[in-house]
Amino acid sequence: MTTLSVPAKKFRTVREQSLFLFFWMRFRRHVTAMLGGIIMLIMTVVIAFAPVFSPYDPFDQDLLNRLQPPSTEHWMGTDDLGRDMLTRILYGGRISLSVGLLAMGVSIVLGTLIGLTSGYYGGWTDSILMRITEIFLSIPRLFVLIAMGMFLRSLNLPNIQAGSFMPIAVVIGALSWMGTARLVRASTLELRGREFVQASRALGGSDARLLFMHILPNIMSPIIVSATLGLAGAIISESGLSYLGFGVQLPTPTWGNMLSNTQNQMLTAPWTAIFPGLMIFFVVIAINYLGDGLRDALDPRHIVGKK
Amino acid sequence: MATYLLRRLLQSILTLLVISMILFGLISSVPGGIMSAYQENPDFTAEDLARLEAKYGLNDPVPVRYLKWLGNTLQGDFGNSFISKRPALEEIGDRLPNTMLLMGVMLIVTLLIAIPLGIISAIKQYTWFDHITTTLAFAGQSLPVFWFGLLLIIIFSVTLKGADGKPLLPGSGMYTLGAPFSLIDRVEHLILPVTMLAFVSAAGYMRYLRSSMLDVINEDYVRTARAKGARERVVIFKHAMRNALIPLVTLIGLDLPSLFGGALFTETIFAWPGIGRLYFTAALKTDYPVVMAVLIIYSALIILSSLLVDVIYAILDPRIRLS
Repeated sequence: MTTLSVPAKKFRTVREQSLFLFFWMRFRRHVTAMLGGIIMLIMTVVIAFAPVFSPYDPFDQDLLNRLQPPSTEHWMGTDDLGRDMLTRILYGGRISLSVGLLAMGVSIVLGTLIGLTSGYYGGWTDSILMRITEIFLSIPRLFVLIAMGMFLRSLNLPNIQAGSFMPIAVVIGALSWMGTARLVRASTLELRGREFVQASRALGGSDARLLFMHILPNIMSPIIVSATLGLAGAIISESGLSYLGFGVQLPTPTWGNMLSNTQNQMLTAPWTAIFPGLMIFFVVIAINYLGDGLRDALDPRHIVGKK
Repeated sequence: MATYLLRRLLQSILTLLVISMILFGLISSVPGGIMSAYQENPDFTAEDLARLEAKYGLNDPVPVRYLKWLGNTLQGDFGNSFISKRPALEEIGDRLPNTMLLMGVMLIVTLLIAIPLGIISAIKQYTWFDHITTTLAFAGQSLPVFWFGLLLIIIFSVTLKGADGKPLLPGSGMYTLGAPFSLIDRVEHLILPVTMLAFVSAAGYMRYLRSSMLDVINEDYVRTARAKGARERVVIFKHAMRNALIPLVTLIGLDLPSLFGGALFTETIFAWPGIGRLYFTAALKTDYPVVMAVLIIYSALIILSSLLVDVIYAILDPRIRLS
């Protein structure tokens, strides 16, 4: 495709730069995606430095000040145990986002590995792996998540210490890799026969080299997009499960379980039901717009500005 | 076609068997269940407990228990609920009409909203109408559905009042307790749960239809129709829309199993006596026979509907060959 009059090394650096610039120029024009990115950035910083932004402790109960409406002291009011809502939302955000990230990580790694193996080796390996994918696609996801949550709950794991959110995050990830696997498999199938992959094979490249040096870098775009959308999905899944009481257990706050008991307080303290959900909504819509922008910017066939 | 169907059917049965094994393994490893009620009772000695365990076959290894369960299930016996002591299948049967009513109305409302909106916003691409509907659809897809339900209750059953000082719309249950059956009462109770579900699901359908319609509009056969001078109405409704709606079959087909259990959040929040709520309470109380029965029936429906979709799709779109 290219004449080799330019030294290979130099050519590559120039190309890498321009690829990123190409992406950035396109992404920048996507106003909503930029906005989503900025919101996520601010949110992450505020949540990471939660103690700086709030003088309260997320677990400290103040029974004399139960269910106080929003005021200058408690910007988002207090909950049924007198805990500061804003503080719990900040600390809950740590858990909710961590669960989302871990679940997304698990599902992307699983999906990518399964998709690569399936598409690259084909034959029996492919048949078996795709059958397994089908099995996972045929189970009612939310219902099985609840059953898994029931199982985790019965183990009575300690739930205040750091990392107590991990099991449920892994479970969510383990039940949501199928889309990525199919996507990666299709792309791998297509790339496997291409000249540059065949050339590497002819030069004696090992399977691992072909897979991870040649095929994987070329399918990063769809993987990145599906990771972004997967993050949004994982956050929604966690919040729903925790809302039902089968996810992260109280008193550890997450945006989902903060909503758990609010239905009884709706008459007297509607703010307890409004703010945590609003956070989920903002974060998820920001991530979804981000993913939308990434998809458009990473796909060279797409003309930016014309959706 | 016949061999294809037969092969798919066999595969489906195999898939269902594997799923049942995995789920049974998972569920049977959860402690509690039927024994927990007796364990807390001081009148039961250790001997009594051991005898009961033997009676329920809880001492058998999991594979043996699975085979027993499978044998009974194949004869239509999913076991009795630990709580109500009634057959699990009967419990499900009682709730099924309620869920199907809710989800059926929801599906109709969804399509009534999504089809026109999706088609119009594709035809009028980049107009203010398109921008507003796509933004709303995007928001709908990012909305945590259970929170949306809570918001609806806060707005329509708590804050807003009707002329008689009562809440504007009922926020729980399927009918007013103690009142005789009336259609108006039933519809009033349906409004909020259906809104909650339909908004979110219409968002997905609408986005899908819009892009499907956009794809079709750029096809050669639509251009040909325009070129030969067909009127715009004819082009849109006869040439474009009919083709754009084909993928909708897939979408609806894959959504059909949700008629069985698709409304878990809605049913829990609005105290709607359906399958989702039954499953939720069964899971809370570790009522395994019910949990297992719902999971298996739901999985079977999902497998069946995906088979159905493939077949119908092949009939509707002659470009597709089953192999």
